[in-house]
Parts: sequence; structure tokens; C-alpha cells
Amino acid sequence: MSTTRPILEARGLVKRFGQVVALDGADFELYPDEILAIIGDNGAGKSTLIKTLSGALQPDDGEIRLDGEPVHFRSPRDARRAGIETVYQDLAVAPALDIAANIFLGRERQRRGPLGLVLRLLDKRAMRREAARHFEELKIGVQSMTQPVENLSGGQRQGVAVARAAKWAERLAIMDEPTAALGVKETRQVLDLIGRVRERGLPVILISHDMPHVFELADRIQIMRLGKRVAVVTPQTHTMPEAVAIMTGATRGELEQVLHKAPPDPERGE
Amino acid sequence: MAFFSLKSDRFLQAQNLSLVLQQVMVVGVLAIGQTLIILTAGIDLSVGTVMALGQIIMAKLAVASGVPPLEAMALGILTCVGFGVLTGVLVTRVRLPPFIVTLGTLNIAFALTHIVSNDLTFSPLPSQELFFGKTFSFAGADVTYGVVLMFVLYAVAWYGLTQTAWGRHVYAVGDNKEAARLTGINTDRVLFGVYTIAGLSYGIAAMLLLARTELGDPNAGQTTENLDSITAVVLGGTSLFGGRGTVIGTLIGAVIVGVFRNGLTLIGVEVIYQYLVTGILVILAVAVDQLAHRRQA
Repeated sequence: MSTTRPILEARGLVKRFGQVVALDGADFELYPDEILAIIGDNGAGKSTLIKTLSGALQPDDGEIRLDGEPVHFRSPRDARRAGIETVYQDLAVAPALDIAANIFLGRERQRRGPLGLVLRLLDKRAMRREAARHFEELKIGVQSMTQPVENLSGGQRQGVAVARAAKWAERLAIMDEPTAALGVKETRQVLDLIGRVRERGLPVILISHDMPHVFELADRIQIMRLGKRVAVVTPQTHTMPEAVAIMTGATRGELEQVLHKAPPDPERGE
Repeated sequence: MAFFSLKSDRFLQAQNLSLVLQQVMVVGVLAIGQTLIILTAGIDLSVGTVMALGQIIMAKLAVASGVPPLEAMALGILTCVGFGVLTGVLVTRVRLPPFIVTLGTLNIAFALTHIVSNDLTFSPLPSQELFFGKTFSFAGADVTYGVVLMFVLYAVAWYGLTQTAWGRHVYAVGDNKEAARLTGINTDRVLFGVYTIAGLSYGIAAMLLLARTELGDPNAGQTTENLDSITAVVLGGTSLFGGRGTVIGTLIGAVIVGVFRNGLTLIGVEVIYQYLVTGILVILAVAVDQLAHRRQA
């Protein structure tokens, strides 16, 4: 058993929509430096779980803790302020604006001194420079920061969204079906990018329908069923068919097996 | 332009060109507000009648009610700003489509103009209300103060849209409102600000209209200005789908519309045919925008 404390954890989350119980006492932990995938059938509650963690929905019951402190997100803005960024599947970028403008959208940098304070003059050059450096670090290849995002391929566009999340997320990033709208080659680019984001030390919650991708990328996999967490497995301990069996209810989950174990990390030498 | 200068030797004279600019200044200032709104993927059909209401309030208060001219002008501008605020509230709080809201305010402002004026015209106007129609000589041509004001307003709008975070948020709201909201931009506040500023631009345009016509006329500004402001914006390259366009393009568009009307008058085309031609012009411009948009998608 590791003593590593989860970055984000949830206990007994309940969310009802009228008669429908979308979350029925769901638990959750995300540890530092890991990619945690959440899988589950349609209606298993993974989307609702993610929305409560990102502030888009408020749970009816249960507790969410960030770095051990209880938090109550009333909006995505609250979660963002706490250092949680979310990437959505439907390419949430402004296509007519250029790459640098998208990276800094809503967080624009102004010139120092009276030009910025009084005239609110943007420091476009600094933003461009910083965006270019960030793209270099993440190894995203684009020609110029001043290209409108609409001139990019779907994969590059989602790359911009992931890069934006990675830039501003201080605690963790949530990727909600980030490759659902992409082709094979573009999906590859985005998955590689998510891997590099984790290598830079940002924990990632990944929601995906695609089992091979989940098993390739995730350190741990949380399986949701009927509004509850039924198992947490790893790609090392379980095969894809086994995970799917748990997901569909054919096999009972083996919750305790890896539940409280931090992600395998050879460097930590536990 | 070449066409009109061949058809009428008066067209290219400095005097006529400065006359064109004088005619452009009203539509030009209206089109600033229209540009902001269209950039957010909205539209304002009420520009002409709101300006007419502002103008008649300025004239009536100063001529018939004994209100000091500057206060009368301020109240006229405030009325237009009030319409902007009203539209902004209806669009952001009640979530009504701008098209319907401004179709309603078009009629409200039209009715109020005639109610307030009792269908009377007001003159002579006090000299303060005529200031922006006065001219000074510059490089051999008469330049109107109102034209100078128009250029200043375009410079301010250009700065706001291209050099500030607010401008980027205006583009982002028109481009992908949901994405703008998700990045933490208060989209309702941006929209509300845009409609309020647009109202202010109509108020300033009312002041310029009054100075140009030297008469408070309940029938002024209610026919061609609406269409001309939209035509100027679309000819200037701003997309009706929002998120794309520049205020400098609108200025060029406004000049083209002005040149067009002036040229048609000089070669003796009757007013009613001018309506016909400008109607066709705006449809063509929108069709080009539509085709360009489809190609992108």
C-alpha cells in the first residue's frame, strides 16, 4: 500500500436527474503523475462523474477533495480557478482566431505600464513567444502561431485545445473523449500528446470509448457501471476482454486489488 | 468609381468627394455599431429608426422645449444608448434572437419618433447642434468636423477590436460562443457591452445627421440607413455568421455605398431605382459571404 495522497478524490457521489440516478455513490481517486482512464457503458455515469469533477454539475451528495481539502465547485470557472482544465471532444476552439490567441483566450496578457493599465494594450508578441515555446516543449509541430486555427487539421486543432489545457492546468487535466471526432492518424497525434503532457508531470483523467487506446495510455483504469465504480484495474493485471466483462456486468469487479495502489512508477522505487 | 467619373465629370472633383464623405459619415458611424453586432453573429435592424428617434429628441428639446443644446444632445444620445441596453438585456437575459428583438425596437423607435415629434419638423437648430456639419479647409477640400469625428471613431473601434482582450472576446463570441464560454469568457457581458456601444454609435450618428440636414425631421434616417449600414458591413468583408471581419473593411464598405449612391444621383438615376440597385447589391454581398462560408465548412 502506498502512502501517496490522491490529487483529486471523491467519496460517495450521488447525482439524480428526476427519477434517474446517474451517480449512485461513486468513488474516485487520481494520483500524481498518472493517466487514469474512466470507462463504462453508455449511462454508466462516467459523463456525470466527470461533470461533477469539472464543476459543470453539482453532486446531490458525497464529497470531493482536492489535495485533501474538501472543495465545492459551483461552475467550471471554480474548477478552473482551482487548477483543473478540461478538454472537450467537440473541438472547443475559436476557429477564426490564431493559435496564440486561442491559447491565451480569456487569459490575455497586456503590456506592462500605462499602455496595458490605461489603454489595455495586448502584448501580442509575448503571447506568441510563450505559445511557441509551449508548443515546442510539447513537440506539437505547427508552422506559425499566427495561423488561424481553422487552417489546421482536426488533430492539430485538438492539439491546440490539449496544449491550452496543459498550459493552464496547475493540478490536473480532464480529457473528455478528446479523440472521438478525429481520424486514425490524428487520433495518434493527440494520444501521443496526452502522453507527453503526463510526462511533464500533469495528471490526466481520460474518458474514452476506445479500449486499445485506454490500455495503451492509462496507468490505471476505473470501470463504471450503474452509477458506481465497480473496479479499478491496470493494463498489467487485466486484459481488454476482462475489463469489458467487468464493464458489462459479466464479471464482478475486483475493487480492492489496485484501488489504493499508486500508479506503477519505477523511479519512485517503492 | 471609374464608371461614375466617366459618366459625370463632377464625380472626381474634390468638392464632390468631400460631399460623398459628408454623406458617408452618418452611415459610416452607424456601421461601426452594426459591425460590432454582426461580429458577434447578431444583427441590428433598428439602427435607422433608433438614430431617427435620437435626432428628433435632440432637435425637439433644443428648438421647442428650451433645453440647453448640449443637454438635448446628451439626452438624444442617451436614448439611443438606452435602446442598446434594452436590446442587450433582451438578447442576453431573455435569450431572444437579435433579429426579432431589433425588428421590434425598429417599430418602437419609429412610433416614438412620430409620437415625440407630432410629425413636425424642428428648425432652426442652435449652433452647437450644427457644429459637426461645419467645415474647415484642408488640402484644397472642405473637410467636415463630423467626418473627422467619424475617422476618430473608426480608429477607436479598430484599436478596441484588434489591440485589446475585449476585442478578441468579441470575435470569439461570434466565432464559437460555447468555446468562448468554456475558456471563462463572460459571453453575456461581452454581448451586452457590444449592444450598448452600438447604441452609443447610433446616438453619435444622430448628432451627425442633425448637423448635416440642419433640421429635426421625423422622416429622416428611416429608409436607406438600415440597409446601407448592413451593406457597408457586408461589403467590407464582415461575415454575417460572426467572428470574421474588420472595422476598416466596414469603412471602405461605407465609402463604396456612399460613392454608389452619389454616383447614381449624379448620372441621374431616380431615387426609387437606387433602392432597387442597393437592394440587389446587399443580396449579392451576402451571397458572396455565404459561398465563402460554405467553402470553409
